[in-house]
Amino acid sequence: MNRSFAALMLAASTPAYAAPQPMVKDGHYVMRDGAAIYANVCAACHMPNARGAAGAGAYPALGGNPRLAAAVYPIHVVIHGQKGMPAFGALLDDDQVAAVVTYVRGHFGNDYPGAVTAAEAKAER
Amino acid sequence: MADDPVNPTLAPRRRDLLGMIGVMAGSTAMYMAMAEMGHAQPSPFTGPPKLSKPPAGASVLILGAGVAGMVAAMELRDAGYRVQLLEYNDRPGGRNWSLYGGDTFTELGGATQHIQFDKGLYLNPGPWRIPYHHQGILHYASRLGVGMEPFTQLNYNAYVHSTSGYGGKPRRYREIQADFQGHVAELLGKSVNQGALDQAVTREDREILMAALRYWGALDADYRYVRGMASAGRRGYATDPGGGLTGEPAPSEPDALSDILKSGLWSSLGAHSTYLVQHAIFQPKGGMGMIGKAMGAELGPLIQYNSKVVDIRQDAVGVTVTYLDSKSGGPPRTASADWCVCTIPLPVLGQIPVTVGAPLKAAIDHMAYHPSLKVGLQFKRRFWEEDDQIYGGISYTDMPNVQIAYPMSDYFSKGKGVVLGAYVSTPEAYVAAAKSPEERIQDALYWGSKIHPQYMAEYECGAAVAWHRVPWILGCASQWTEATRAAHYKNLCAMDGRIVLAGEHASYLGGWQEGAVTSAIDAITRIHQRVTEA
Repeated sequence: MNRSFAALMLAASTPAYAAPQPMVKDGHYVMRDGAAIYANVCAACHMPNARGAAGAGAYPALGGNPRLAAAVYPIHVVIHGQKGMPAFGALLDDDQVAAVVTYVRGHFGNDYPGAVTAAEAKAER
Repeated sequence: MADDPVNPTLAPRRRDLLGMIGVMAGSTAMYMAMAEMGHAQPSPFTGPPKLSKPPAGASVLILGAGVAGMVAAMELRDAGYRVQLLEYNDRPGGRNWSLYGGDTFTELGGATQHIQFDKGLYLNPGPWRIPYHHQGILHYASRLGVGMEPFTQLNYNAYVHSTSGYGGKPRRYREIQADFQGHVAELLGKSVNQGALDQAVTREDREILMAALRYWGALDADYRYVRGMASAGRRGYATDPGGGLTGEPAPSEPDALSDILKSGLWSSLGAHSTYLVQHAIFQPKGGMGMIGKAMGAELGPLIQYNSKVVDIRQDAVGVTVTYLDSKSGGPPRTASADWCVCTIPLPVLGQIPVTVGAPLKAAIDHMAYHPSLKVGLQFKRRFWEEDDQIYGGISYTDMPNVQIAYPMSDYFSKGKGVVLGAYVSTPEAYVAAAKSPEERIQDALYWGSKIHPQYMAEYECGAAVAWHRVPWILGCASQWTEATRAAHYKNLCAMDGRIVLAGEHASYLGGWQEGAVTSAIDAITRIHQRVTEA
């Protein structure tokens, strides 16, 4: 890292800039744990705080969302997409789908019990 | 052992190699596949529609003042229709859009960018080039006096770069192109001479083919692609030719075929050959957004800005749209007309109550838009020209920023320039969208500095648009597959009562403005037929 890059990082408004890593390998996302998958993919639309956002159209909030009560619904939507939401089934394997759905169902004010398994994800493909 | 075609110790290695090439080729190959989605679909534009005079008072309400909506509005107005447009934004153009210094852009999530580019410099977050055969959008640009200049799609001196090939050192497109072609010509020549192609090539043609291969591949007199003046005439010299006693040229050493194959850099060679980006290809002078601005000026008060459509209803006699004035607030308002051309992007339209039949509703709802990221970086000096002799064009890399494109105007000027530091349509685009605009810029600087070490010292300011964060579209552009097109395309384009959709999503030119133009003309022509048949 050269000095000017370090200076740029110091000057940046985001305090903790870390050098990026490729997040896609062989056409699949590399993140394995649910929090990382959420932060790198889902947060693009549903926002880092999972509250969604609204303009001419809206992204639904995932925090406090009763539609996550049955795990099969978010599993299905992640794999196959729905309306404006793209399908991520080709980019995430069963373990990753299970990890991210488990994470969202247990965070952001959601407290749905039980970890989603890869077998449940596989069943929705 | 090595001769054994099923040698179990060799077979996995071959698989590994192919897998490795796939990995390295990934980003560029994906880009090319996307660029080819509309491939071989020449624009059917044969001039603006010739609409006869409609019955007095015939009216059309147009939703969206992007390219499709404004083309529809201009033609319908000119024919004699009463026309009104509702537009969510406070400006015309939609994705036909350039960001200039002084502009602000607030994305979903609330991050606001105050663009600080110098006067005359810009980023095109959306479309940035117009191929010569997109005669429709070129027609409207010409009609409105928007000047065109060449877009440099292919620059032989731009870089191709792989993180794993050549030790991560960028190579010139020229070298990889000449060497790949030369080696392939030599191999093919050997096959011909060994009689391996006797089934495919007649004796009569063989001699001609050998001459052609020698010319095409820059082979020497013995049909070899080797260091020499023939290959140097393509790939460049170790010492360029000059004048006088110091002018004697020295040829350069070609790369080994194996290195090119393993680096994956061959995957960038076809990127400029597709019909959609073949030269001649153009950009509007001053930014792509000049077209949208000119169309907006042409239509003037017919466009009602800051209008958020919340309901679309039709009955036997007309269409009524309810909208909110997002600037001045107040109660919902309505606009009515005999007919409606709806160009609202599908991910947004899918959230608006609309009285259409099930086939059209299913077509609207099936579509998610593909992701895209563009990052513009303003540098204090044009080091790509001054240091690297790169005048316009695009460098390709397998890093997450995928493309680096250089300013394609004001060459040799001493001033600043805005480089397109990232153009990403791979799944990395979601990762970028999940970050703040500042982080996207920092990432583009981080990746780009591996190709251009001058980046960090010369950087001044930037702008980053991740299309899934753009409030009025929720993605970059439509994406069709053969299966979805078979299931939904005709239903999406068909008139549903008094409503018809238009836009790039209702075309075989997904993501291209020509798709918006030709779909708009197709749609209003069908409305006009219904009006004049009645």
